[in-house]
Amino acid sequence: MSGPNTSFDPKQVAVLGAEAIATMVAEALAAVSAAGDLAVLKEVRLAHAGDRSPLALANRDIGALPPAAKAEVGKRVGEARGAVKAALGSRQIELERARDEFVLAEEFIDVTLPAMRVPLGARHPLTTVMERICDVFIAMGYDIAEGPEAEAEWVNFDALNVPPDHPARTMQDTFYVGSPESGVVLRTQTSPIQIRAMLDRQLPIYVVAPGRVYRTDELDATHTPVFHQVEGLAVDVGLTMGDLKGTLDHFAQEMFDPGIVTRLRPSYFPFTEPSAELDVQCFVCRGASIDNSAEPCRTCGSEGWIEWGGCGMVNPRVLQAVGIDPAKYRGFAFGMGIERTLMFRNGVTDMRDMVEGDLRFSLAFGLES
Amino acid sequence: MRAPVSWLRELIDIPVDQTGRDIAARLINAGLEVETVETIGGGVNGALYVGKVLEIEELTEFKKPIRWCQVDVGATGGGVRGIICGARNFTVGDMVVVALPGTVLPGGFEIASRETYGHLSDGMICSERELALSEEQDGIMVLPAGTAGADARPLIGVGEEVLDIAVTPDRGYALSLRGISRELAISYGVPFQDPGLNVADLPAPAPDAVPAQCGSDDFEACALFTLRTIVGFDPKAASPQWMKQRLTAGGMRPVSLAVDVTNYVMLELGQPLHAFDLDKLNGPVRAGWAEPGSTLETLDHVTRKLGSDDLVILDDDGIIGLAGTMGGLDSEIDDDTINIAIEAAHFAPRVIARMARRHRLSSEASRRFERGVDRTLAPYASARAAALLIEFGGGHYVGMTAVEAPYDPGVISMRVSEPAAVAGMPIDEETVTRLLEAVGCGVLINGNQLEVQAPPWRADLTDPADLVEEVVRLVGYENLPSTLPIAAAGHGLSNSQRLKRRIGMTLAARGAVEVLTYPFVGDSELDDMQIPVADIRRSKVRLANPLSDEQPYLRASLLPGLLSTARRNIGRGSSGVSLFELGSVFQGESVGVAPRPSVLERPGADEWAALNGLLPSQPMHLGIVLAGEREAAGWWGPSDDHGWHDAVQMAQVIAEVIGSEITIEQGGDLVFHPGRCATINCAGKPIGVAGELHPRVIQAWSLPTRSSALELDLDALIASAPALRPAPAVSAHPVAKEDLAVVVADSVTVAAVTAALRAGAGDLLESIRLFDIYSGPQVPDGHCSLAFALRFRAPDRTLSAAETAAARQGAINRAGLDCGAVIRGG
Ligand SMILES: [Zn+2]
Repeated sequence: MSGPNTSFDPKQVAVLGAEAIATMVAEALAAVSAAGDLAVLKEVRLAHAGDRSPLALANRDIGALPPAAKAEVGKRVGEARGAVKAALGSRQIELERARDEFVLAEEFIDVTLPAMRVPLGARHPLTTVMERICDVFIAMGYDIAEGPEAEAEWVNFDALNVPPDHPARTMQDTFYVGSPESGVVLRTQTSPIQIRAMLDRQLPIYVVAPGRVYRTDELDATHTPVFHQVEGLAVDVGLTMGDLKGTLDHFAQEMFDPGIVTRLRPSYFPFTEPSAELDVQCFVCRGASIDNSAEPCRTCGSEGWIEWGGCGMVNPRVLQAVGIDPAKYRGFAFGMGIERTLMFRNGVTDMRDMVEGDLRFSLAFGLES
Repeated sequence: MRAPVSWLRELIDIPVDQTGRDIAARLINAGLEVETVETIGGGVNGALYVGKVLEIEELTEFKKPIRWCQVDVGATGGGVRGIICGARNFTVGDMVVVALPGTVLPGGFEIASRETYGHLSDGMICSERELALSEEQDGIMVLPAGTAGADARPLIGVGEEVLDIAVTPDRGYALSLRGISRELAISYGVPFQDPGLNVADLPAPAPDAVPAQCGSDDFEACALFTLRTIVGFDPKAASPQWMKQRLTAGGMRPVSLAVDVTNYVMLELGQPLHAFDLDKLNGPVRAGWAEPGSTLETLDHVTRKLGSDDLVILDDDGIIGLAGTMGGLDSEIDDDTINIAIEAAHFAPRVIARMARRHRLSSEASRRFERGVDRTLAPYASARAAALLIEFGGGHYVGMTAVEAPYDPGVISMRVSEPAAVAGMPIDEETVTRLLEAVGCGVLINGNQLEVQAPPWRADLTDPADLVEEVVRLVGYENLPSTLPIAAAGHGLSNSQRLKRRIGMTLAARGAVEVLTYPFVGDSELDDMQIPVADIRRSKVRLANPLSDEQPYLRASLLPGLLSTARRNIGRGSSGVSLFELGSVFQGESVGVAPRPSVLERPGADEWAALNGLLPSQPMHLGIVLAGEREAAGWWGPSDDHGWHDAVQMAQVIAEVIGSEITIEQGGDLVFHPGRCATINCAGKPIGVAGELHPRVIQAWSLPTRSSALELDLDALIASAPALRPAPAVSAHPVAKEDLAVVVADSVTVAAVTAALRAGAGDLLESIRLFDIYSGPQVPDGHCSLAFALRFRAPDRTLSAAETAAARQGAINRAGLDCGAVIRGG
């Protein structure tokens, strides 16, 4: 720093003239814009805005001016330094951007490279169809009931109004656990879960019960000894067959398509009376393929209807076996095969695909079906 | 049950425009499941003429005898034609069936005029086999009568439609033309003359004739037994053509007049009949129980061992038949039988069902008796049979003997309004009554109640619900309304149902694929898995009737099925598999005998508990098998295989997603690599095992080396999941990070050191993480250095350097005490 202004030397202050300052600024700005990279700009900054730069030296000399001149010259120098600094700043940003763009361009990667290093797995479509069915009924207020796969014969048959030696027992080929006299079987249907639900739960009862069932069939394209069913049961005051029909209609619409309806045909199950076979309208052709050889339908075999399951009003004898007063309560029940549902709903053509556990089969369905 | 349409039309007036398919649709709506509508001779395309054989020239110069025939097929068929024929069962003057050139026979065989055996054969004389009417091979068809040139098709049943009906167990009456035509009469609204109530015209027996005697030892099992006697029958008499045709269409093979008549009447009316050769009987014929240990050779040439619950037919010499199931060989009608006794009886359905099941003998008779035969039909049916036998086989009617228990059909009371209430739509009293009467019920109206008597052919109608079904099915299920009940407020998925779904989703999202394997296992698989005999995974629950003797047990572990599925996938070219299964396993010793409570009331709590106590324990398990590539080679580097840590990680992931806490400790499961097996503990108990499979197990299943697995008791894990998770205190104060390394003996586990450090560090410790393991020159032999990153934080203040240092030192001290850990470099 120079000391206080005690004398005024006209020679020394010539450099503070307007022209001289303007020259300094012009030189500085020219150098700034000429700087091609950040390193050069750093040197330019040192030369034109550093402590020893002409403008810094000029600023230092202001103190030597007579008081009358100080203000004018000070303003001029200050403006000059400001202009140089601003130019340096904006050039700095420009050069930094340029550098970044270069670096980022260098870092280019083909982002179409495979990114899925560990592929997704899958859930079994039988599981997800069962969950879908459960969700439809949960939305209607039903709970999901469960029961054991090795089940007491009493629960699987007797309580369902299938007494010993009844022909209905030979309709289903049963695996016996232990010995044929043990009273324990692999459940042949999900219907025993009805019995458990009625014994374990408070009335009214609205449940669906998905599960694994067993029959002594050899595995082939359309049979498997281990398969899945879902059972529905409602026991309440005043239930009607119309309620059963409406429930099944709603279910069919949720599973297939809006507007799909069901059809009941009289049939026989020991645990329901009246009993019915349950058909669902073909969701592919909606019956348009019937007697229309020009447009056959593979899903329904041009029948317009697909056999889906069985249903009926709970036989009062079944209510009696679980201690529910048939004079007060009525029930309806229905059941269908999950494999069969998956076959016609998703176009599975061979039962073995659902059994063998080939990854490629399940992976095609992902987390939903 | 096969029902020819022309036979149905003979019994009721079905509108003429109705095809077999139309009739089938009616029956389906009524609840009879028509599986197929078949057209007999449906493969015949073109005319078939009745031809009269005018001349036969025997051609003998060929390897087999050949006939050159002149056959008159009438003006319509082009007059007399020369036809070559290889059959020999006809003579001049016989009426035969002729297919002319242009007609196509089943199998696409088109008749053409052709030179053969030195003549131009201008058509074909047909056999039943050639028209696909039967398997009969003995020569061509000779018609009993006919006019040359007439259409032969109706005469031989070609074009006849036959309904094949799968009869459900409750509808025994539909195993007859009588029952099926009754349903059709209701459906079409046409009158029904019940052929089962026709009294056949029988000649009066001679006054001194003595019919064969009969009896029943047990009226519970045999409520009605009748025996009708005919003598002097012509054993050579043949069955009429129409009867043979109907039997063939009905699925039965014509045999002889006596047998054909009993079968014909059974098809027509539903009453099984049995014809005995009277001369082979000794003394009265009766129904009774077999002596244990006795035997009988039945008509199918099988010698059957009998027990005390076999109902048999006996004479004074012993057992001559299995009641309602199959006759004995010794009393069978044969080609010389001239004196016949026809048995018509009623046997209890359950008795016959049990016998048929035990002897694995399902006959036309047993199928009817076990579904219930008309209780009063026997004498009508045997009269019908006797009349047919006498009509076509001559003989003299001797009479009938019968024994019968009193018949009380009982009365079912039903509210008039019940069908409407169950159906959920209006059904008035007139409709209810009319429909019940149409199915044969007697109905009395008593105020709001109906007193209904079921007809004797409807043993299935016992409860009001049965009557409701009759009414509603005849009103038509298609008329039911579609309404929705208001269900009670539900609970949604249960905790365990929700968590199982979450686990499945998580595993799939992490690359695992769910499979559903069969739960059948055998000793060889369990041996291959090295599961010791005393291990809980050694299956004890055995099937009495397994599909394969190789796999008689129910699984007690999910791993055998998963390993086999992994092998299948690897075998099909998969380079790596990650499979999981959520499923029941079956544990415990073989069961005793589960109780069979009454079905007339709710089982008592004790009974219910005893019943459940006898079932094997069936916990839900989760199994995972990880084999081969976890991550394929790619631009990121070389491939990475599944290992023990992936299995342990899966356990930790599952526990974490459901909020359960598990701990991992070094395990020693024999299925696994002895040094690479982890026991998974939860709530202080082992609940599973994870790690690398034992190399011998891997080898037994031909899996890639280092294949790994996990099996968990999911029920136990889910039971420990918190119902509710409390919120954490999230401190905004700064964290103090401290790294430290301790040297421990190799035998000390990381889990133990981590636990000691955690315990010693106290509440200020926010987290602890192992970030390096070192063993080498800088640590003693048999030791390693474990480097941990510790993070300390207080909920309410910035920790001072002294506080952090104290907590750090506490951790070190505790690790020293518990694990012999020595701080490294400090
Ligand atoms: Zn369709």
